[in-house]
Amino acid sequence: MSGADVGDGAAGIPPHGDAVLRVEGLRKSFGTTPVLRGIDLEVREHEVVALIGASGSGKSTLLRCITLLESIDDGQIFLRGDDISDPRVDADRVRARMGVVFQQFNLFPHIRVIDNVTLAARRVLRVPRAEAEATALALLERVGLADKAREYPDRLSGGQQQRAAIVRAVATNPEVLLLDEITSALDPELVAEVLDLVRELAAEGTTIVMATHEMEFARDVADRVVFLDAGVVLEQGPAADLFAHPREERTRAFLARFRGGRDA
Amino acid sequence: MPTRDPDDAAPSAVELDRRAYRRRQTTRSVLVSLVSTIVFAVVIWFAVVNTPGFDRVRQSFFDLDVAIASWPRVIEGLWVNIQVLAVAVVGVALLGTLLAVMRTLRGPVFFPLRALAAGYTDLFRGLPLIIVLFLVGFGVPGLELFPRNSAQFWGTIALILTYSAYVSEVFRAGIEAVHPSQRLAARSLGLSHGQTLRIVVLPQAVRKVTPALMNDFVAMQKDVGLISVLGVVDAVRAAQIETAQNFNFTPYVLAGLLFVLLALPMIRLTDWYTARLREREQIGSIV
Ligand SMILES: Nc1ncnc2c1ncn2[C@@H]1O[C@H](COP(=O)(O)OP(=O)(O)OP(=O)(O)O)[C@@H](O)[C@H]1O
Ligand SMILES: [Mg+2]
Repeated sequence: MSGADVGDGAAGIPPHGDAVLRVEGLRKSFGTTPVLRGIDLEVREHEVVALIGASGSGKSTLLRCITLLESIDDGQIFLRGDDISDPRVDADRVRARMGVVFQQFNLFPHIRVIDNVTLAARRVLRVPRAEAEATALALLERVGLADKAREYPDRLSGGQQQRAAIVRAVATNPEVLLLDEITSALDPELVAEVLDLVRELAAEGTTIVMATHEMEFARDVADRVVFLDAGVVLEQGPAADLFAHPREERTRAFLARFRGGRDA
Repeated sequence: MPTRDPDDAAPSAVELDRRAYRRRQTTRSVLVSLVSTIVFAVVIWFAVVNTPGFDRVRQSFFDLDVAIASWPRVIEGLWVNIQVLAVAVVGVALLGTLLAVMRTLRGPVFFPLRALAAGYTDLFRGLPLIIVLFLVGFGVPGLELFPRNSAQFWGTIALILTYSAYVSEVFRAGIEAVHPSQRLAARSLGLSHGQTLRIVVLPQAVRKVTPALMNDFVAMQKDVGLISVLGVVDAVRAAQIETAQNFNFTPYVLAGLLFVLLALPMIRLTDWYTARLREREQIGSIV
């Protein structure tokens, strides 16, 4: 597999900056079940991309492949032009360049919130503890969790835990932040506080790829919405366009289920 | 609308009444348990003292003079047990962890390691400790491969071999009880496989199985006495020697008591810790 010479990928994406992440022809099967059947995706700097699709459409699998937590069967993944799907790259270094937040069980329950947040800085980037803690405290302060810094994660509410997890993911200034349904395990009244934080990060120019079932939020915050269906990107486009005028029948059917009382 | 001023936190009449009732109940239970304990002790005492052979048993098992005379030797022996225990604990922790980690490795490359660890634990969990002691304690020095042929050394090794098998099983259960997402979360931060194990998985695993590990420690604490079969002059062996000299079994009772005293803090600690864990798991609930 060679990292050189890549033709340009998806066309028609509004210029946002350089491509931070590019996925080309990504394939992944579990056993004999194909889950991703040739995914092409480009994410530019400062862009917020929402991944939507039915349950089981492969959103989580795609994010796990991008973060090299899952082996891939074919295709290539580039992070700022580096082919990170090359088996010769140091996967740990690559992962340190991305921030990831999962649905739940993100925080390590046996260490304090502050230690959770500084762990990657201290152990992977070898930042001195005092320096890492200063950064972490400033971030926690910003999201209103400064007083929880010395607590253990199980003393925090679900929403606070997810916010702390997001803080942990951005503490090392990742090139891209990957969020996998970070609010779906939360009680409805806690969802807003977590989404507000994502909104803020997006406004600051953080590059974000988020798998989500929060269609309203995707419409508000995402620059582009990517609809995953049967292992391929069936349709994508600016959030407003895609929600208002889905081209594909299956996209329409999927969106109809979320529409509820709102008209598009 | 609240029936009272929300800022008035003084207990209501109903609550005061409830508290008084609970206090009376507590006093009553304490009294009942006290009386029943005393009655029970007195009954047992008379039952034992009035057995026909009581005097003879008291003379040959509970002779204070013999106890005092054998004290120095037995205590010296106990010191040997403590030394063996200290070394064995460290050895068991290391080997037990290693075995547990070997058994949780995934992927075909590690099959031999996994199989080795599995075979090892099966073997040493099945073998009686005393047989391991005989085989290692008399067999290995017989090879004349090693300069050190001290019975204490090989006894310690035998203990480590056997207890590592138990402890690794406990550890493995703990490792498998750590949610897989924790591993993913750690790796996604850029931690290596080894760092993930060391910083994230093992500490959580140990916490989950600490009560079980402490129980194994208590068991090992008394099983160190078995090294006496190799001729090591530990507390048990010393008691045996004293018993032979005095034609009196009191030294055994003394050694037994000392072992119990040695184990007691750990037993209490285990109970306390288990209770605390249970408490933490049901915060805010009384059932
Ligand atoms: N480790 C695994 N082993 C086998 N099959 C898996 C594994 N992980 C995921 N799958 C399968 O892959 C498919 C895609 O799963 P994935 O979790 O990526 O879906 P998703 O789009 O994230 O769904 P959801 O919206 O419910 O989170 C599913 O059919 C799932 O059963
Ligand atoms: Mg998912």
